[in-house]
Amino acid sequence: MTTARLPPFQRFLDAHRDDVLRFLVASIGRHDADDAFQETFLSALRAYPRLRPDSNLRGWVLTIAHRKALDVHRARGRNPVPVAEIHDRAQGPAAAGADGPDDHWERVRALPPRQREVLTLRYAADLTHAEIATALGCSEEAARRAAADGLKTLRKELTDVPATA
Amino acid sequence: MSLPPPDLSPGAAAALAARTAARAADEGIAEIAYATVDSPVGRLVAVATQSGLARIAYELENGGLDSILDDVALRLSPAIVEAPARLDPVRRELDEYFAGRRQDFDVALDWSLTTAGFRRRVLQECARIPFGATSTYKQMAIAAGSPTAFRAAGGALGSNPIPIVVPCHRVLATSGGLGGYTGGLERKRLLLSIEGGMLAV
Repeated sequence: MTTARLPPFQRFLDAHRDDVLRFLVASIGRHDADDAFQETFLSALRAYPRLRPDSNLRGWVLTIAHRKALDVHRARGRNPVPVAEIHDRAQGPAAAGADGPDDHWERVRALPPRQREVLTLRYAADLTHAEIATALGCSEEAARRAAADGLKTLRKELTDVPATA
Repeated sequence: MSLPPPDLSPGAAAALAARTAARAADEGIAEIAYATVDSPVGRLVAVATQSGLARIAYELENGGLDSILDDVALRLSPAIVEAPARLDPVRRELDEYFAGRRQDFDVALDWSLTTAGFRRRVLQECARIPFGATSTYKQMAIAAGSPTAFRAAGGALGSNPIPIVVPCHRVLATSGGLGGYTGGLERKRLLLSIEGGMLAV
């Protein structure tokens, strides 16, 4: 018998913790990532015993992380003041190091929601376009198109804004 | 156009995962918590449910941590997290026992890894053998209500999910020999010698 079984939750947590944190840092920034990380795995744990053992566990937990990130983006959208604060923090030296290694993710966060979601799931979480389509409930083609559009905008921004000189 | 994933500071995700696991255990979201405990008889894996201590495994003899947890996941629930704080009372009592400062364990037990009936009765009888005393498989079978079932009693004790705390090491062969032990006979001798040196040959 080779019936698939769910691994003990701790092993699942250890296997996916880095991917989930990377995705959340890219999607909502370092400040909010810690809480969203805990909420993601606690939600996952509540549903875990009823999960089908042959599920794509990585795609599943990143879908949950995506929803937690969406909650954060929606909360920011409802209340524009914290957005400015978050922006200040993200720009500050305490946020991600003085040289700002997360600069390109800040630009991604400013994109339209679908483009932001696809690019973070694709490049920070390394999901395939098929997995992204499942996570977002859209077609694979729509996911590809959103990724291409997002990249085009980013490229344009980078060429339009001349290097500081 | 490249979008490299954000850098994580070393240990950041591991620390967050540990905090999440501790919260899951504290808030009762995880049904099962475990911790590893170092002891003079080797590294132990202690597993507790909401109702009590369900498993103590000898890490090496039971196939390693993964194998031990796989078995618990299969038989009880996969909602298992590593939460050392939840196992602190067990760890403290084990430390005291091995330091010669404790004779009886006070932690609550969860018998769910033993099928109800004769096997569980044998283990519950075994749990009543006092520190420093010994019994036999035959006496255990009699106490559990099936005087002729001493082999089955041996089997029940051999699959004791909570060794040391449920002291199956205190049960010897009716002939006076050492019998068997889930953690190997060396450990049985060591535990008995801790309890009074009677077999410390």
